[in-house]
Amino acid sequence: MAGRKRVVVLDYGSGNIHSAAKAVEAAGAAAEITADRAGAQEADGLIVPGVGAFAAVMAQLTAVRGPEIVERRLAGGRPVLGICVGMQVLFERGVERGVDVEGLGEWPGTVRELEAQVLPHIGWNTVAAPADSTLFAGIGDERFYFVHSCAATEWTLETSGVFRPPRVTWAQYGEPFVAAAENGPLSATQFHPEKSGDAGIRLLRNWIGTL
Amino acid sequence: MTLAMRVIPCLDVSAGRVVKGVNFENLRDAGDPVELARRYGAEGADELTFLDVSATVDDRATMYDVVRQTAEQVFIPLTVGGGVRSVEDVARLQGHGADKVGVNSAAIARPALVDEIADRFGAQVLVLSLDVRRSRRTESGFVVTTHGGRQETALDALAWAAEAIERGAGELLVNSIDADGTRQGFDLELIGAMRAISRVPIIASGGAGAARHFPPAVAAGADAVLAASVFHDGILTVGEVKAELAAAGAIVRADPRPPSERSESR
Repeated sequence: MAGRKRVVVLDYGSGNIHSAAKAVEAAGAAAEITADRAGAQEADGLIVPGVGAFAAVMAQLTAVRGPEIVERRLAGGRPVLGICVGMQVLFERGVERGVDVEGLGEWPGTVRELEAQVLPHIGWNTVAAPADSTLFAGIGDERFYFVHSCAATEWTLETSGVFRPPRVTWAQYGEPFVAAAENGPLSATQFHPEKSGDAGIRLLRNWIGTL
Repeated sequence: MTLAMRVIPCLDVSAGRVVKGVNFENLRDAGDPVELARRYGAEGADELTFLDVSATVDDRATMYDVVRQTAEQVFIPLTVGGGVRSVEDVARLQGHGADKVGVNSAAIARPALVDEIADRFGAQVLVLSLDVRRSRRTESGFVVTTHGGRQETALDALAWAAEAIERGAGELLVNSIDADGTRQGFDLELIGAMRAISRVPIIASGGAGAARHFPPAVAAGADAVLAASVFHDGILTVGEVKAELAAAGAIVRADPRPPSERSESR
């Protein structure tokens, strides 16, 4: 179909990326699963999925030169969406089970295990999105599907200034944590939009609308 | 807490077909797991579980197709259990669209399998499935069984659950063999005992026969409730279970009750 945006789901050996690609298609874009560097750099949108341990995801991502792909896209203002651990690695570092690993450092802060009685945090939770969020536009108070133990519990990047400030969406599980962030071409969700039913498809459609 | 209680229909699948009678009206093909998955998704199911009960390798191969087709059409989490014996099995299921895998007898035979799966894919992918029966032969009074409850192991159910969590299981699917099929309600003591030793989520299974059976399971400590035949036989809808849970004060996604009947604020 002509005119459909092209989205690459970065294939670096992480988890269930099949669903992410199908959800992108359900949201109206053409999806391709690949680790091809040129393809990933030139697509209209790039999704960085991720499940599992922070350290393992960083290692796998680095093996396909993921950090460089993301860096180049952002330098050119081309949108990137991180999902779950694909979001976590965008922060400076991750500390999981005592393992301290450097992330991509696009955003300041450390990702660590949530302080909650029951972990992992598995299931459908509410989020509090800012009124000017693009990702959550028109979605209301729908729930999204989370499955993770770690998250960013602080957002220290300036949220006001001359440039359009980052928009940060929060959720609560044991303590507040960052559920989504929108910062210029770089967006990310701690939950899985591709597993969040209609609400998730609408969020992906909103993101595709920015491509 | 703002996290919603999960309601999970479970489908037994063999050779790509749902086994056990499914008694829905308006279904083109009541034995088609993909169509049933779509139906449950539309009803508000929070997750789906497929249990592969295939007897042969050939039959098992068709399961991967079922998983792939479901994941392409139903955008809610999908857990697949039954016959998962290796890291390669998990990788293959994930590659076809499974989000989580249930591991049962293979982990009993070789507990290190739990470590291997958790190390490679993370704890959140691994649901330890336990078929539990009451027994005087174990300290806790609960024993792990295999072969659908027909064979008793020497494992204390609580000790085994604790060990599996330590090894990296991210969730427990606790199925009561005593309650299973009775439709007399969940084994609340079992759920409570598991809650007391578990810091991972607990999915309660076995015994659901009416909507009123679900809130006590939540009160006993379940983070999710799983049922099969009450849904397949058309006795209950996912929505009816959620309405009952919500009326009892539990938080549910897609609360089917009209706004005027909802007291809790989200």
